[in-house]
Amino acid sequence: MTKKIATPLTDETVAGLKAGDSVLITGIIYTGRDLAHAKLVEALDAGKDLPFDPRGSIIYYVGPSPARPGKPIGSAGPTTSYRMDKYAPRLMDVGLKGMIGKGNRTQPVLDSMKKNKAVYFAAVGGAAALISKSIKESKVIAYDDLGPEAVRELKVEDFPAIVVNDAEGNDLYEQGTAEYRKDQ
Amino acid sequence: MREIPFETVKEAVAGLCMDANYEIGHDVVQAFRHGLEIEESETGKAILQQLLDNVEIAKNEKMPACQDTGWAVVWVELGSGVHIDGGELYDAINQGVAKGYTDGFLRKSIAADPLRRKNTGDNTPAIIYTDIVPGDKLKITVQPKGGGSENMSEVKMLSAADGAEGIKDFVVDRVARSKANPCPPVLVGVGIGGTFDKCAQLAKKALLREIGSLHPDPFYADMEKEMLERINRLGIGPQGLGGRVTALAVFIEAFPCHIATMPCAVNINCHSARHKSATL
Repeated sequence: MTKKIATPLTDETVAGLKAGDSVLITGIIYTGRDLAHAKLVEALDAGKDLPFDPRGSIIYYVGPSPARPGKPIGSAGPTTSYRMDKYAPRLMDVGLKGMIGKGNRTQPVLDSMKKNKAVYFAAVGGAAALISKSIKESKVIAYDDLGPEAVRELKVEDFPAIVVNDAEGNDLYEQGTAEYRKDQ
Repeated sequence: MREIPFETVKEAVAGLCMDANYEIGHDVVQAFRHGLEIEESETGKAILQQLLDNVEIAKNEKMPACQDTGWAVVWVELGSGVHIDGGELYDAINQGVAKGYTDGFLRKSIAADPLRRKNTGDNTPAIIYTDIVPGDKLKITVQPKGGGSENMSEVKMLSAADGAEGIKDFVVDRVARSKANPCPPVLVGVGIGGTFDKCAQLAKKALLREIGSLHPDPFYADMEKEMLERINRLGIGPQGLGGRVTALAVFIEAFPCHIATMPCAVNINCHSARHKSATL
């Protein structure tokens, strides 16, 4: 079953999401990948405000390709998430509720998700032209000098994703692989 | 000596960068369709269908199929009877990459320094591998290579005593440990032999083969088949969410070997397996 959810995410919304659910996300989400995450955590360490309100927010791990004239964005599929694992718990501690990416997370992130009632979604890696259709507006709100790694505010409508790790500790990667594994 | 104008090379490279990123190869599309038929996981099937839809959108709208438009790996077969008129071959290739990635709205993904991480802004430099061959033609292949699957690649220095079983175990284990990260279903390039560095290059070159093609040496063809079957028993499936279709192909490139060594390299390619060639 596909669930429609809106941002910002509330504890109630997160509690209703289970590993394996397909979701369509509508609202505002923020982009950030390696260098942006380093800068966001650097800002927190310096006691400064983030370029967006982290409470209830979703960060999408993406570095889009440039937009053609008249288009809000270029191709925009997820990048591999584990590279952000060093920074993600710190952001969840200040209110981040959702992360969209691809690939397995490490234990500190999974622990922080349970503690902070947050959720990890997978978007289909490499389906970048298709995913871009659900992004209606895009603007750079911080670190413009980072080029594809800048932080963008995206307005999305029915952005397709799958719940991989829910706030209860379920993991679709582990469950799915175990279900289909055969003896070597 | 045959003269090929500098601008001709530059324009050809620019065009190849764009085409490779907009148009996923027919063999990959066929492999997605075949995967859709044999995949048992409903989620896996839905993902393969999304990948087929994505290929169509990318081609029709001239958008890159994946936002990671890769490092421009360029394979050159330069005829010994060819001279580039008006400049250096490598300058023509790098200027072609810069033009293709800029004019084609492709992402610039190259940091000028591995630790200081400032973007070069035009996706140069290209990684260029050149073979000097007989004749008066210039063949150029552009292979945009994504970073996520590159991160799951590895070189291991095995010994002759490890044999074919040691190679197979290493390759299958490398894919198993990669789990969801390299965007499965993947292509697996395997280099065996050569030096430490040559072996890695062989693994990358192996990824240029067409899916469905048989290795000319039946010994290696059998190894490829066995490894593909083992990988597809891992259960990783499309995007690592569980399923049968974890890899679309395993390709081996073998090379002579020092008597003391048996290096093996695994270069993983995501399902956005892209390469386009032109002969000038």
